[in-house]
Amino acid sequence: MQEIFNIFIKSIFIDNMVFAYFLGMCSYLAVSKTVKTSVGLGLAVVFVLGITVPVDYLLNELVLREGALVWLDKSFIDVDLSFLSFILFIAIIASMVQLVEMIVEKFSPALYASLGIFLPLIAVNCAILGGSLFMQERDYQSLAQATSFGLGSGVGWFLAIVGIAAIREKIRYSNVPPALRGLGITFIITGLMGIAFMSFLGIKL
Amino acid sequence: MSAEIKEKEPLFSAKNMRLIKTPINLTNPITVQVLGICSALAVTAKLMPAIVLSISVVVVMAASNVIISFLRDGIPPRIRIIVQLVVIASLVILVDQVLKAFVYDVSKQLSVFVGLIITNCIIMGRLEAFAMSNKPWPSFLDGIGNALGYGIILILIAFLRELFGSGTVLDVQVIPQAFYEFGYENNGLMILPPMALITVGVIIWVQRYYTRELIEKN
Repeated sequence: MQEIFNIFIKSIFIDNMVFAYFLGMCSYLAVSKTVKTSVGLGLAVVFVLGITVPVDYLLNELVLREGALVWLDKSFIDVDLSFLSFILFIAIIASMVQLVEMIVEKFSPALYASLGIFLPLIAVNCAILGGSLFMQERDYQSLAQATSFGLGSGVGWFLAIVGIAAIREKIRYSNVPPALRGLGITFIITGLMGIAFMSFLGIKL
Repeated sequence: MSAEIKEKEPLFSAKNMRLIKTPINLTNPITVQVLGICSALAVTAKLMPAIVLSISVVVVMAASNVIISFLRDGIPPRIRIIVQLVVIASLVILVDQVLKAFVYDVSKQLSVFVGLIITNCIIMGRLEAFAMSNKPWPSFLDGIGNALGYGIILILIAFLRELFGSGTVLDVQVIPQAFYEFGYENNGLMILPPMALITVGVIIWVQRYYTRELIEKN
């Protein structure tokens, strides 16, 4: 139980998808102009990560890793299908995002309209594939651990995008040099936020 | 049926050369189109992984642009994203295996970021914007141009970060020992992730200062 909680907290603050690993930057930069769209996209990312990471964990355990196919036939113990990870993970992510898109369109058409193209773009959001690949690399021991990692990563990304959106809304009234306006200042502020998040590295879990 | 003799565009015409030149400055994927940021920041702590990743991206982009361009008339619109993803993913699997075989230690450093080439927005972006509606040779050039624009920025960031962060370039000590004895210290912050973001911000600042058209009108 303690381990699951640790993984959750670590993936939000210490291994933050945006500030430590720079995943999901494209949509992070493009959607963070207002807080409203950021909250919508952030929640969608939490949802997608929370589902795809556990599903990919099961896929990894039962099909992909070396010796995983033993349940089919004892002789498959040497079979290592991990080279298929990329394609299978992406397939699951694409289907999940299609599902999320349909749900959002049905239950909140206003959000669907305001997110526009960025909802299907979650499928190529590096944070989602990155979440599954990190899960595979770190070799979590149970489904619960993988799920807490997925949800934690999503919440970390959510925190990052809502934070930068709030700041960007405020600096519209500041005196930013012309060449730095818009994209340049956002990068620098994100860097400063990254430095701030580094303060969490001191937490001993 | 009237037969028109189409004027064949020479292979290296000015129009085609522009496909390579514009993405290097005016429509640079990282600093202007804001694509492919993720990997640009994460692998640039040292110069060698940045170079290897840039070359991988050039290969994947050029090949996928050509393949999708050849297939463009046969792909049903509803499943085109899936087809694109399958093409890119297969190419990345190939590149990943080649990297693991020939430069194993660098591929370990790159870890998940080779796989993440699949979700690199530049590749999908150019497939959608260009290869789906253009012939194979221009698509090839467009792929090379954008990947070069991406690679140049990557190498620039990695060079600055490695130089100031560890005093080395390609693991060769460049800052002379005399500097260290004088009191110069390596800037440890440069190796850490946040400085990559600030370095890109500064590169954008310099680029927009000299290329006025890129300044955002608010």
